[in-house]
Amino acid sequence: MGRYVLRRLLQMIPVFIGTTFLIFVMVHALGDPVNALFGDKAPDPAVAAQIRAQYNLNDPLWLQYVKYMGNLFRWDFGTTFSGQSVTSLLATAYPATLQLTAVAFTIEVVFGIGFGLISGLRRGGVADNSVLILTLVVISIPTFVTGYVLQYLIGVKWGIVPATAGDPLTLQSLLLPGIVLASVSLAYVARLTRTTVAENSKADYVRTATAKGLPRRRVVINHLLRNSLIPVVTFLGTDLGALMGGALVTERIFNIHGVGFYLYQGIVRQNSNTVVGFVTILVIVFLAANLLVDLLYAVLDPRIRYA
Amino acid sequence: MPDQERYKKSDPLAEAGTGEEEMPSAVESRTFDLGTMEGQSLIKAERLADHPEAPAADDRVVARSLWQDAWRDLRRNPIFIISGLLIIFLVVMALWPGLFTSTDPLKCDLSKSQQGAESGHPFGFDTQGCDVYSRTVHGARASITVGVCATAGAALTGTVLGGLAGFYGGWLDSVVSRIADIFFGIPILLGGLVFLSVIPSQSIWIVVAFIVVLGWPQLARIARGAVITAKQQDYVTAARALGAGNARLMLRHILPNAVAPIIVVATIALGTYISLEATLSFLGVGLKPPTVSWGIDISSAADTFRNAPHMLLYPAGALSLTVLAFIMLGDAVRDALDPKLR
Amino acid sequence: MPVATRVRWAVIAATSVALVATGCSSSSSSSSGSNANGVVLAWWGDPQNPLEPVNTNEVNGGAVLNMIFTGLVSYDPKTSKASNAMADSITSTDQQNWTVKLKPGWKFSDGTTVTASSYVDAWNYGALVTNKQVNASFFQYVQGYNDVAPATGAPTAQTMSGLKVVDDNTFTVALSQKFSTWPQTLGYSAYYPVPKSFFTDHAAYLNKPIGNGPYEIQTWTKSQKMQLRPFTGYSGPNKPKNGGIDLKVYTDTNAAYADLQSGNLDLDNGIPNSALKTIQTDLNGRYINEPAGIIQTISFPLYQPQWSTPGAAMVRQGISMAIDRATITKVVFTNTRTPATDWTSPVLGESGGYKSGLCGSVCNYDPAKAKQLIQQGGGIPGGQLTISYNADGPHKEWVDAVCNSINNATGDTKSCVGRPVGTFADFRNQITTKQMTGAFRTGWQMDYPLIQDFLQPVYTTGASSNDSHYTSAQFDSLVSQANANPDQAAAVGQFQTAEKLLINDLPAIPLWYQNGTAGWSSRITNVALDPFSVPVYSEITVK
Repeated sequence: MGRYVLRRLLQMIPVFIGTTFLIFVMVHALGDPVNALFGDKAPDPAVAAQIRAQYNLNDPLWLQYVKYMGNLFRWDFGTTFSGQSVTSLLATAYPATLQLTAVAFTIEVVFGIGFGLISGLRRGGVADNSVLILTLVVISIPTFVTGYVLQYLIGVKWGIVPATAGDPLTLQSLLLPGIVLASVSLAYVARLTRTTVAENSKADYVRTATAKGLPRRRVVINHLLRNSLIPVVTFLGTDLGALMGGALVTERIFNIHGVGFYLYQGIVRQNSNTVVGFVTILVIVFLAANLLVDLLYAVLDPRIRYA
Repeated sequence: MPDQERYKKSDPLAEAGTGEEEMPSAVESRTFDLGTMEGQSLIKAERLADHPEAPAADDRVVARSLWQDAWRDLRRNPIFIISGLLIIFLVVMALWPGLFTSTDPLKCDLSKSQQGAESGHPFGFDTQGCDVYSRTVHGARASITVGVCATAGAALTGTVLGGLAGFYGGWLDSVVSRIADIFFGIPILLGGLVFLSVIPSQSIWIVVAFIVVLGWPQLARIARGAVITAKQQDYVTAARALGAGNARLMLRHILPNAVAPIIVVATIALGTYISLEATLSFLGVGLKPPTVSWGIDISSAADTFRNAPHMLLYPAGALSLTVLAFIMLGDAVRDALDPKLR
Repeated sequence: MPVATRVRWAVIAATSVALVATGCSSSSSSSSGSNANGVVLAWWGDPQNPLEPVNTNEVNGGAVLNMIFTGLVSYDPKTSKASNAMADSITSTDQQNWTVKLKPGWKFSDGTTVTASSYVDAWNYGALVTNKQVNASFFQYVQGYNDVAPATGAPTAQTMSGLKVVDDNTFTVALSQKFSTWPQTLGYSAYYPVPKSFFTDHAAYLNKPIGNGPYEIQTWTKSQKMQLRPFTGYSGPNKPKNGGIDLKVYTDTNAAYADLQSGNLDLDNGIPNSALKTIQTDLNGRYINEPAGIIQTISFPLYQPQWSTPGAAMVRQGISMAIDRATITKVVFTNTRTPATDWTSPVLGESGGYKSGLCGSVCNYDPAKAKQLIQQGGGIPGGQLTISYNADGPHKEWVDAVCNSINNATGDTKSCVGRPVGTFADFRNQITTKQMTGAFRTGWQMDYPLIQDFLQPVYTTGASSNDSHYTSAQFDSLVSQANANPDQAAAVGQFQTAEKLLINDLPAIPLWYQNGTAGWSSRITNVALDPFSVPVYSEITVK
């Protein structure tokens, strides 16, 4: 187990380098960011050249990357074009996104698995079909539509919860963006849970447990659910990172100054420092979540062992 | 003992020739019939009712493959028939939109902006004054192409890579999983912007390719997890002990047992991919006019739903219907492939 | 079942982490700070560059600078007329060498006095190329600019030879060419003075800029919020009538509008297009829609051979006549734009150079004539017109509408399509590196209310915003004659003669004049927008 974890940690290094380099190349591929700083005016060539030099934009790409990584190891993520240090952006953005993700993830886990369990146990029933319709609607309507509609109806028209999350973030104000963010993943989790539960409900051990006269509650939770969770946990693990980085649209709609918003701004302003800095942290979260998932396999299924 | 017969036919292991695993499993199927009625759906009940005569008709002659069995099952499944018809309908609409409307989706009259239905224009007009009905019909092609092709591409890539990684483990697993990790790290907007601005083509295949590139890691993770679970099962160990080769193990024993979660995720993914195309349009990097797609229309209707809900309703409804059809199809296929549910 | 217990624990733990993570902050959120002492909570966008006077060229940074600085001259919010603010007088005998006298006794909000060297040092700093100020080119007419900002290589001087401090309240400026309306340009933010601390502790200054205007910055949480309070030592006439302004950064204009409707925001001047249809009823008429000094145009790449022929000019005229401006401004923009009939803006006023109908029939909608002109000119080059725009801005709707209008005129649904470019940066790159092959959107927001600003930077040969790379010797010479003309009315006439050349050459099709819009809550009154579409913050009163 220890060796396995160590190996996985070592494997993170190439992934880390690969991702950051890829992002670096991609931001670079978008072209020169300097012109945009001058708005609708053509840049003064001399000033533009100075700015390019400041951000090492004249160097070949690999050298820019090496310089960037060199700074990174001194915990210097560079600055944005507006002169803010990226580390200070990270410090304000990640806590906000973490709170949003926590709310969304909780909704996803509780309702996703709950709905999935109900519809898996009563396949074809009213509950099952209701969940099908619900998940369907949620999947097929893009988040920006659900976001705008819910914001207007619940936030503005009925005034049940605040229309935007604002500052500081409260649980109440994060409820709406949390639901919007969780919605699509929730559908996945529900469908996935339904399938595996339906499958496992016919398994030997479930029947054995039922035959032993165990209470149904216990059979369902301890035996059925636990064994049905492996694909669900896989999904949840990969989804955790996606929630954090994918909140781009949700954060924009609900005015949350989190990772998605700064990433969006960084991308639109083509500031590689911001983009790479944020993605770097995101990748670390992804990798940690994936490792956790793989370790959870062993917890959920004793037959899986890591050498 | 009709139950036992059926089991024999469908379980891959029966084909592999082991007798030992049969007994407990046979017991399993019987208790299924007797014990857990509460867990059965109406569909299952119908299917069981159909079955008793089936084995008598064509059993034992040829050991039919799992896939043949599944097909036989599917033909009798009303869900499959309904969803199949729906999909055929949508595909016809995508291929020959002219059968359904003669109005040009690009012919727009701004003075009719956001007006409701009128004769000849049953769904009303959008902001630009284009006919919503015509655009909904014509939008099917791009949206279904994106959804189906992207799902097929992502599912195929993901299943192959994730499946191999899960099956062989070791360095292959590490390499594939880590590559998937790298792709997971790319923010979709950044990827979209780069992809769609560096490649100046207006083709929808660019969008498809982009979704495949970003979508396969998710399916690969699922496939890998499912294969890891399946490969630990007794019947796989047994088949291996009997000398089954890797290819045979994977295709005949593991794949059918691991395919369920992949189908579930893929059919949902199909829906999300179509709406992802809408999100890309919303962010300004998706399909471009003069292409007509549900995604483009949904994204332009998103913030006008207060004034003109019909602009959102019809393309979003068409999208929902498509997703429903594919999810139902996926469910039916999945059930048919699962011997345990017979 | 120990394992199951563990799993259950994990779920419980995750849930409680979520609750704790969000719960902690909920207790400390009772005061939002907006309701205290007549403070106005207003919409804001994150400024793109550091807040230095010469480094700010967009409206968000400009709004703050406008509050915390007062320049030599200022513009009347209603009439756009320039009048001396901090300047006592700006005089010249030859339209080239200027003497600026300051009103004495003005203070920066850090207590130091504003002197002639506050201006001269600020301007020298702004022009010096190594300071990388985006608006450095505003000093290009000052003598010695080429020494501090040579096109290539290191600067050979640190200060511009044209600037001289005479005494504490007087300095002189020598320009490199005659420029009769130069004093009226000095209200622009690039010409603001800075205090000594700007140079002694630059980093601290950037965290909390200090100026000589009606407001001072109390706190600034970057990318989130800025609190401005009245500066008690302010010497100008426009003293704030409210307890201060809190600017809140919004990620999206729709989010701000949702907050405005639910009463969590007092002033929103970033109204999204989609809200315009319902805004009157949503806000009970608390909505303003006033002309601003912004004109939207479609430019053509005249550097491409297929667009530089005489036939292409005829095609451009045809395209212009194919655009139904009246319907588009009404339907798509809900009357927040006015169809353009010249290349300036109504905020200049007739005496300032705006002339309604100057463009003539070329800017009138006439689909039949349009089709005929396009055919006569040899058809649209390449068979299809593309109109490029940056997809990160709100342009898709109107570009599609313009294309549909053109398509309807030509009778071919494929003769015009919009071409989105992902980011503004990429869009600008394609323009400045001459990669455009079809038409593209261009907009011009005036720096100062002069007809000169609408023509010289945009249409003279090699000018900084001449995106179509239009070149006409006649146009250039008329503009320099007008600049040298000390008689204001005659100068305006010369500018208009130059402007008329654009009708035939049509490097850019005028579309519409953009209005400034703002909505506000029932808490505040007396909201107005200046000709730069920035709210007149100091006049707002809180109930």
